[in-house]
Amino acid sequence: MSAQAISENGARSDFWQGVRLSMPVVVASAPFALLFGAIAVDNGFSVLEAFLMSALVFGGASQMVGIELFGQHVAPWLIVLSIFAVNFRHVLYSAGIGRRIAHWPLFQQALGYFILTDPQFAVAERKAEAGETVGFAWYLGLGLPVYVFWVVESALGAVFGKLIPDTHALGIDFLLPIYFLGLVMGFRKRPLWLPVVMASAAASIIAYKTVGSPWHVSIGAIAGVLLAVILPPHHSGVEARP
Amino acid sequence: MSTTLWIIIAGAVATYLTRIGGYLVISRFENIHPRVEAGLNAVPAAVLTTLVAPAALTAGPAEWAALIVTALVSLRGGLMAMFLAGAAVLILARQFVG
Repeated sequence: MSAQAISENGARSDFWQGVRLSMPVVVASAPFALLFGAIAVDNGFSVLEAFLMSALVFGGASQMVGIELFGQHVAPWLIVLSIFAVNFRHVLYSAGIGRRIAHWPLFQQALGYFILTDPQFAVAERKAEAGETVGFAWYLGLGLPVYVFWVVESALGAVFGKLIPDTHALGIDFLLPIYFLGLVMGFRKRPLWLPVVMASAAASIIAYKTVGSPWHVSIGAIAGVLLAVILPPHHSGVEARP
Repeated sequence: MSTTLWIIIAGAVATYLTRIGGYLVISRFENIHPRVEAGLNAVPAAVLTTLVAPAALTAGPAEWAALIVTALVSLRGGLMAMFLAGAAVLILARQFVG
């Protein structure tokens, strides 16, 4: 066997090892992909648009936020800014993962960053911390199934969403606040979580009552972030990290 | 092209910038200022809270029950468990309160 054939076999088994690790993520994200599609058409997207958004953005929470604001007829630039804001955490992921994949060819790196989601980062970072090399085949095996299922299930959700007669009885109009509350609660171990949430909640409610929608989103978010910036660093716990 | 399509494309570009931006920008600096890092850490909770709080304020008993159950389940379960619990309470409660 030539050296090239051996390395191709190695890459193939690395790929399938990544695929195995992707399965829990595929299962866990399926309901959200279907839900996204259903909510997207409920908020005025076509099936094709729901499919395109999943295929091009590929970020669950940000897609939900975008759709919610679209349904509220928020200005387009603010929708894009909100998608950017919700996805901003990826900046930290790419700062962290960059040193692990810097040895890949440029095109592979560009593709790798495109599929850099929360679980993708978490699983890849864990592999790197265990002292193992993060290879492209393994990384692609981990991310590709999640991507393919996400896009297909979004389109399915959109097709079936059109068939749901009474969206109010099924609670579809209020599923997003529930989902977002779940996400907010998921960050509760972060330093300053409670003060940030309280500041954002208060500011967004006041802005909602006075300035009106959609500005309550930006105003509330800025209030929470400013509070975290202004409070002395020893409260925010960022110094304690190595 | 429709406005919707532009929103999708611009949203996709913005998202890709966040996914590659950390490597292009932040990895070139040795240290991030602690206050900037604290602000970055606060971004997700701050943005997402603004999508819950006003909606909760203007909702009714069925929605409040769903949010309370979601928050309670979150102390123990994962995202999927709390979402399903909240959704189940919402659908059930709406059969009675409408």
